[in-house]
Amino acid sequence: MIVFAIILIGMSLFLVSVSFKGQLQTLMDVSLGAMSVFSMFLAVLATAMLLPKDMEDRTLYTILAKPVARFEYLLGKLCGVAAMLTVAMVLMTAFFSAILGIWQGREMDRIRMEYPAEEAAQAEAAGKIPAGTAADLKQKQALEINNLKAATFTPTLFGGIAVILLRAMIIAGLTLMVSAFSTSWLFTVIVAFMVVLIGFLVPVARDVWQGQAGMGADLPGYLKLFLIAVTVFCPDMQVFNVVDDIAAGSVVTSQMFMQTAGLGFGYLAVYIFAGYLFFAWREL
Amino acid sequence: MKGRILGFLVLFAWGVLKLPIETRVSAAQKENRFGGYKLTSTLRQQAGQAGFLATLGGLRAAVADLLWIRAHVAWQNTQWGKMKLLFDVCTSLQPRRVMFWDNAAWHMAWNASVYAMNDKAHVPEQVERYRNQQQYFKLGEDYVLRGIESNPDSWELFLRLGMLYRDKFQDRMKAVAAYEEAAKRPGRLDYVRREAAYLLAGVPGHEAEAYKKLRSLYDEGEKEWLPTLLKQIQLLERKLKIPQEQRVAIPAGDRLPPE
Repeated sequence: MIVFAIILIGMSLFLVSVSFKGQLQTLMDVSLGAMSVFSMFLAVLATAMLLPKDMEDRTLYTILAKPVARFEYLLGKLCGVAAMLTVAMVLMTAFFSAILGIWQGREMDRIRMEYPAEEAAQAEAAGKIPAGTAADLKQKQALEINNLKAATFTPTLFGGIAVILLRAMIIAGLTLMVSAFSTSWLFTVIVAFMVVLIGFLVPVARDVWQGQAGMGADLPGYLKLFLIAVTVFCPDMQVFNVVDDIAAGSVVTSQMFMQTAGLGFGYLAVYIFAGYLFFAWREL
Repeated sequence: MKGRILGFLVLFAWGVLKLPIETRVSAAQKENRFGGYKLTSTLRQQAGQAGFLATLGGLRAAVADLLWIRAHVAWQNTQWGKMKLLFDVCTSLQPRRVMFWDNAAWHMAWNASVYAMNDKAHVPEQVERYRNQQQYFKLGEDYVLRGIESNPDSWELFLRLGMLYRDKFQDRMKAVAAYEEAAKRPGRLDYVRREAAYLLAGVPGHEAEAYKKLRSLYDEGEKEWLPTLLKQIQLLERKLKIPQEQRVAIPAGDRLPPE
């Protein structure tokens, strides 16, 4: 899965070559998108197999026969998946940063060629071009380079990647919770993916039943109840979907980052606790 | 059974508790201009089912980029209608990408409008061609204005708006206002300020105002003493009949020939 993600990040270089204007944005969009999607798949598929595999191999019984509480067992599993996701994300980020660095260097060379301030200064000194041309070119060159730097390796970008990792951990927690009461890994995978997919539509559901979409009053009661249930039981995945806007230049404030992280850890805590409750009374 | 009931109760309690938190975080994100995209039926048609799902799953920006490449192909084939549809989707998906709005406006108001005016093969009547051209200007303006709504801090979009009013609508006053707005935005290039003053100089009845602006630019120092600025100052001084002793001391090489 990580290999696929890395291939896709590498393939973004091809997309960059066929795109016109904003090639750097294309590179970032495709790479961050790949990291976002593959981390979700990785989180669900890696977690869904954990419990069924332990049951099938009978390792679960050996572990629980020792003085290990069921909560500790689940927490250990979640920590393991979180560590695996972190390693995967670090690898993908390193590869992405390397490609972005190479591309940034090429772009800076292109900008220097497009606005040849140094050559213009020499031509200006020789009286070949009007006065002020070199200063204008230098200003444009500096602006373009500053814009380029402001759009690439920024704290916001890495904050966005951290949010991708957090979202993957929440999905892992959700999957682990489902697998705590599910009897088949396939059921776990399907349910987890469904909840995640619905989670991306939660803001729409919330806006509709809260009347912000302009149709709250006309909504039939049963539909409103359904939308409330969706909003209550599914996580709002859009809150954690920030990289697309970060790639387009939006800036994550530290307050916003803390709020998002706080909510994410809240989800993790609740999922592990609910998962424990499902698992604690389960007959093995 | 007991565990399942307790588990669902915990999930329900958390669901109720998280609602105001999520609403608040979501509102804070919108304030910071996150998630301003719209999932429209046009998007569903243009991106296809897979593309639509991909936009939901975190590939929104990548899908917008792919559709942008398709818009480029449509441009090469002069399929203006298809281009507009694709631009609409791209801008809906990534409203914070200034380049999408800027280029969409440029394609509509500059390329498509010229094509429409020259398209004698399909539209023989000049009046019709003129009407089509005007519609493309309007489409360009619409893209820039909507772009500004999503990116009020972008000087590039105000610059495009200024160019649009100056070159296509021939409305100098609106162009001046747009250039002045661009000049207030962070990161703008210096010539934006000068352009606003140059344009104002050409508007009958606003010469004194323009002279004041040009004069204040001149007073900033030698780096602003560009040939066009010096020429405009001299022309306005003559037009406004500014007394010789109050006129700007123009370097010898930039002086206009006597009247």
